[in-house]
Amino acid sequence: MSVAMPAQPGNRGALWRDLVAKALVALVSLAILFAAWVVYAVGQALFGACLVVVALAFFAIYGFRQFYFARFIFPGAVAVLLFILFPVLYTIYLGFTNYSSFNLLTFERAQNVLLSSRIIDEETRRPFALVAEGDQYRVFLPQGEGGLLSEPAPLDGEPASLAAEQVERAPQTTLEMRDVVALRDPLSRIEVTLPDQTLLRASGLREFAYVQPEYELVEDEKLRHVETGEILTPNHEIGFYVREDGSRVTPGWRVFIGTGNFERIFQSQGIRGPLIGIFIWTVGFAVGSTVLCFSLGLLLATILQWEHMRFRAVYRILLILPYAVPAFISILVFRGLFNQNFGEINLILNAIFGIRPAWFTDGFLARAMLLIVNVWLGYPYMMLLGMGFLQAVPQEQKKAAILEGAGALRVFFTITLPQILPPFLPLLLATFAFNFNNIVLILLLTTGGPDIPGTVIPAGQTDILGSFTFRMAFMDSGQQFGLAGAITLIIFLVVTIIAYANFIAMRRTQHGAVQ
Amino acid sequence: MIVENRRTLLLKKFAAHGFLIGFIVVIMFPFLMVVSISFREGNFSVGTLIPTNPTLEHWYLALGLEYTRADGTVVQPPYPVLLWMWNSIKLGIISAAGALAIATISAYALSRIRFRGRMAFLDSLLIIQMFPTTLALVALYAIFDTMGGISPVIGLDSHTSLVLVYLSGVMMHIWTIKGYFDSVDPALDKAAAIDGATPWQTFRFVFLPLAVPIMAVVFVLVFIGVVNDYPIASILLRSEENLTLATGSRFYLSEFEYRWGDFAAAAILSGIPITVVFLIAQRYLVSGLSEGSVKG
Repeated sequence: MSVAMPAQPGNRGALWRDLVAKALVALVSLAILFAAWVVYAVGQALFGACLVVVALAFFAIYGFRQFYFARFIFPGAVAVLLFILFPVLYTIYLGFTNYSSFNLLTFERAQNVLLSSRIIDEETRRPFALVAEGDQYRVFLPQGEGGLLSEPAPLDGEPASLAAEQVERAPQTTLEMRDVVALRDPLSRIEVTLPDQTLLRASGLREFAYVQPEYELVEDEKLRHVETGEILTPNHEIGFYVREDGSRVTPGWRVFIGTGNFERIFQSQGIRGPLIGIFIWTVGFAVGSTVLCFSLGLLLATILQWEHMRFRAVYRILLILPYAVPAFISILVFRGLFNQNFGEINLILNAIFGIRPAWFTDGFLARAMLLIVNVWLGYPYMMLLGMGFLQAVPQEQKKAAILEGAGALRVFFTITLPQILPPFLPLLLATFAFNFNNIVLILLLTTGGPDIPGTVIPAGQTDILGSFTFRMAFMDSGQQFGLAGAITLIIFLVVTIIAYANFIAMRRTQHGAVQ
Repeated sequence: MIVENRRTLLLKKFAAHGFLIGFIVVIMFPFLMVVSISFREGNFSVGTLIPTNPTLEHWYLALGLEYTRADGTVVQPPYPVLLWMWNSIKLGIISAAGALAIATISAYALSRIRFRGRMAFLDSLLIIQMFPTTLALVALYAIFDTMGGISPVIGLDSHTSLVLVYLSGVMMHIWTIKGYFDSVDPALDKAAAIDGATPWQTFRFVFLPLAVPIMAVVFVLVFIGVVNDYPIASILLRSEENLTLATGSRFYLSEFEYRWGDFAAAAILSGIPITVVFLIAQRYLVSGLSEGSVKG
């Protein structure tokens, strides 16, 4: 980034260089400000505000020499601000809104959707045909011997209003139905005015009809139904237009609903029940995975560190292999291997013990399967770290203990383990935090299933909080972004506690190991 | 060396090797099965470890070629695996290069330039990087959904948007590179300063050449992280030609169409390059991790 290159001090002769640099800084700042305005215009006020801060900081930091040091940190800080800090805060903010598939739009757009909805006057339906004329088309509405023929229009998707005139004879060739189907979309955007000023629009693939707006705007953002005269009142508390009888009209819009989502979580039995179960399983899964991976990894590391062991390098490579293969591939492979009917694991179990466990439909087995797969995926990392830390344990202490008559197990638990546990602690906490949110494993292996019966929102027995939220927002239960944001806040609090504990552990051991 | 009874030592060795070999057989089982399945006929058939009627059908399809069976029927490749692989590699390289540029510059500043709030900045980096990006998925979706109204380039289903999100993963790499810079002798940059170099020039001509090994490690780390990412790519990408390997492979084993054999071949094909990169780099990856840890 050439902007970051300041004019060199003491090089006053190159004044123009300084000027060019300053002009560039000003231009870039203005560009970011413009971007902020555009973002604000599409309804992302918060993100726009963030960009304004970025623009001002950019101008100050690259425009003035006293902030010279910050020039090096600025890019990293911006990346953190825009793509971690802001999205996390924004997700939590969304937890206080009703953002969902019913309340997807802004108020203006929801109102526009209602205003552009049309009702068809059934009486005026009449068939039509299309007549091609070079690149253009005419709409023909038969009437007795002849009919009404419109002006030509290109039908390129632009809205157009065409006047139609009486003609004596029907055109000789009209378009086939399948060509009309291909033009369906542009056709819906044109209107045809008859000589008596009636306005007709396409009301289907075969017919034109008199079409009028369903609603018209009256005072105070209210809408009036054109035919029935019913008044729709916007309710900004719930984000819907309501009819006179109190029923809601979709689409709604996004509004701030305060703690509504949290009340739903804690009061609705259909959400609270599964949520408690999911929380317990999330913690159990994360603790179980961490402890099992740690134990297995450390056991293997100890064996591999044993001085009498031969072929250590070969063993090491083979044992690392599960870590080296991309996780998404391994998880999908296990998904196939565990398949109840065609899976190779059940074939072997069936041949030896005559059983075919239902890995995906039995809650307990599904959880066991997740732990098995996760240990397979996670032990090599622990083994690699364990081998590093084990080398740091002084041999003399072990020898002394053995001379005193202590067994290998005793030596391990009284001398080795206490010495490697403190440096290991931050990494164990990081592994716990990782597994607490290990949604890739859950989504690719079980997708949360088997489902817990009687829930308001689809929840599975193997769902962890993260995958539950993910499914709520992006999968089967349909874009419940607000509720998902609220649950994210709960995860956020747990992760914060882990992160803080981890931070303390790192500071204490002076091992800022980064996972 | 601790003196041990020769008999018990032999017994122990025997037990250790036996345990490791048994363990490795269990661990290797999925790999062996996948190789076997990729040569088996059909997508459901049950068979022995060494297929009785080996066929290259799944491999043809994985490589994007059509395959003519013995009875004359022609099978078309179900999914563009090679295109997905290219998408993954492209995204990985661009994100890794971008993250590297940001991380190296920031790490230099945090290691060498003393300024107010430096420790606070470092601590907040450490805490922020512990928050997984998956916490922000809903917001990322909402943001890019509306940004798509400005330009599809920064909207949903765009690789640019995805790279922007991946760039946010630089925090932990700043730490790794900073640990490396901390171990560089301060005499070097003092000498550069005496010769009249600005901090930028010191960075460009002294530190950057020194950092090449650790930069390679970080590059590989980001690359592998991007190729392995599933949640972010799965919410931001839509159309089949834009998908990455991680998001596309899932279709092979959907409930409606179960293509076990085709998946096996595609998985081996796409898994091998990444695995090889990882195995070559793993020695440095581990030392890079502990580098960072001692100097924190």
